[in-house]
Amino acid sequence: MVRSLDNLTFQVEEGEVFGFLGPNGAGKTTTLKCVMGLIFPTSGTARVFGRGIDDVQMHQEIGYLPEQPYFYDYLTARELLDYFARFFGYSAAEREDRVAHFLERVQLTRFADVQLRKFSKGMLQRAGIAQAILHEPKVVFLDEPMSGLDPIGRREVRDIILELKEKGRTVFFSTHVLSDAEMLCDRVAVLAGGKLQGIGSPAEIVSIEVHGMEILCDIAAGRQLPAALAAHAVRSGNRYRIQVPEAQLYGVLDQLRDSEARILSVAALRPTLEDYFIQMVEHPKGAPPAAASAGEQP
Amino acid sequence: MMAGTVAINTFREAVRDRVLYNLIFFALAMMAAAVFVGQITIGIERLVIINLGLTAISLIGTVMAIFIGVGLVYKEMEKRTLYSLLAKPVRRWEFLVGKFAGLVLTLAVNTALMTLGLAAALFYVTRGFSRADTSILVAVYFILLELALVTALALFFSCFPTPMLSTLLTLGLFVAGQFSTALREYGHVAHNRALELLLGAIYYLLPNFHNFNAIGAVAHGDAIPGALILHNTLYAVLYITVVLLGASAIFANMDLK
Repeated sequence: MVRSLDNLTFQVEEGEVFGFLGPNGAGKTTTLKCVMGLIFPTSGTARVFGRGIDDVQMHQEIGYLPEQPYFYDYLTARELLDYFARFFGYSAAEREDRVAHFLERVQLTRFADVQLRKFSKGMLQRAGIAQAILHEPKVVFLDEPMSGLDPIGRREVRDIILELKEKGRTVFFSTHVLSDAEMLCDRVAVLAGGKLQGIGSPAEIVSIEVHGMEILCDIAAGRQLPAALAAHAVRSGNRYRIQVPEAQLYGVLDQLRDSEARILSVAALRPTLEDYFIQMVEHPKGAPPAAASAGEQP
Repeated sequence: MMAGTVAINTFREAVRDRVLYNLIFFALAMMAAAVFVGQITIGIERLVIINLGLTAISLIGTVMAIFIGVGLVYKEMEKRTLYSLLAKPVRRWEFLVGKFAGLVLTLAVNTALMTLGLAAALFYVTRGFSRADTSILVAVYFILLELALVTALALFFSCFPTPMLSTLLTLGLFVAGQFSTALREYGHVAHNRALELLLGAIYYLLPNFHNFNAIGAVAHGDAIPGALILHNTLYAVLYITVVLLGASAIFANMDLK
């Protein structure tokens, strides 16, 4: 039996933007489906604001965008949002206002009365985001919200996430796009092989180890970079970028001073979130390699 | 409330999928039958038109109930439209009841319109209505009960991931249910106590569709006893409730892949 999720335990704080990272088959969608009550874990549970996932009232406070969403294609975007709004007990007038507002928010007003069967993937994604935030939930779960969107659409989704954060909402989103995670998230979790590989702020995650130091300097015309350093340097005109182990930093700086080099910057070399992600995916903690591509069964 | 919202959407889906187009076929068939029967029958026009009309209403309704019914849940799972819906404050059983009610509403509208067509054809052939014709409405009511029961069975099997098997099982139960009374009678004459008990048990388990067939009686102008109306109503309500409870129990713990 393949375990899609194994001993996965973490907590998302109220009001934070939380990124859920992992390769295909890592278990991101499975986790979200468990929280939504679409599938059931063999053991364990999830709670949202203290309510269990089997508590239907919990769904009053959450919004969910499934991965690659698909909706009733015989409905128009306006009808779809009106249909979903009915489950939250709004009056007809409230529904009308709310639907118009959120169609505008995802730039679908022009297509409000077009049947969804005529929508592109990106437009369906926008409709999906609108239905997820229609009732202004306290927590929004977005499964690959940038998927299928063009650069403008991605920026709009980023803006929506930031807007939700400004309003004090909690946003939990899974993504492959690490730059989005670095840009938006207060904290991220990395999942591989169904196991949690790391959790923390993007800065904490990438601060786990310092690879070395990078010195940027200019060498005056007629002067030479010490031969011992030349092997570690990349030259561009008079400018040198030198990478050295942290322990050798002061020695190298002394050599550069002797060479009358002009030091422009000294910076620690840290792995990017992408480096961390790739490292975790290639060498997940305690998981066999096959598990990373396993199916979505808990 | 939640189930009602799902039901209205299910009805809207059926209408937009042009399910009610079958009415055109039915209207044409009834018009042709009225003209044809008027020419070839003497004295039994009423009997033929009622027989033909009610049989067509029952047949078309049954085909719709089975073929739409087995896709009620399966299609939502297959297309993943359920994911967004069940993330809303909707219980799974409310979704099932809504789907059931939506299809029954569709069948009721369809049946009502076909009944109007039958009435028009009857009026054309007999040049008027008699008091006995009111019993046609009772036969139509029985057909509706039967269709609701078939819908519940189709919905139950719709929770399984193979629509072909669901169709066969629903169809099989429908056919078996037509002959369940014969099964019990066979048990009585078999002179084998074990066989009699077995067939008796099967008789009570199978849906008894035989009792819903009042077409022959109505066509012959026979009155339908009030006790039968009450019996059929209670039977249908009870059987549908049990089937929907079973479907809810299965669906409640089903993983949506």
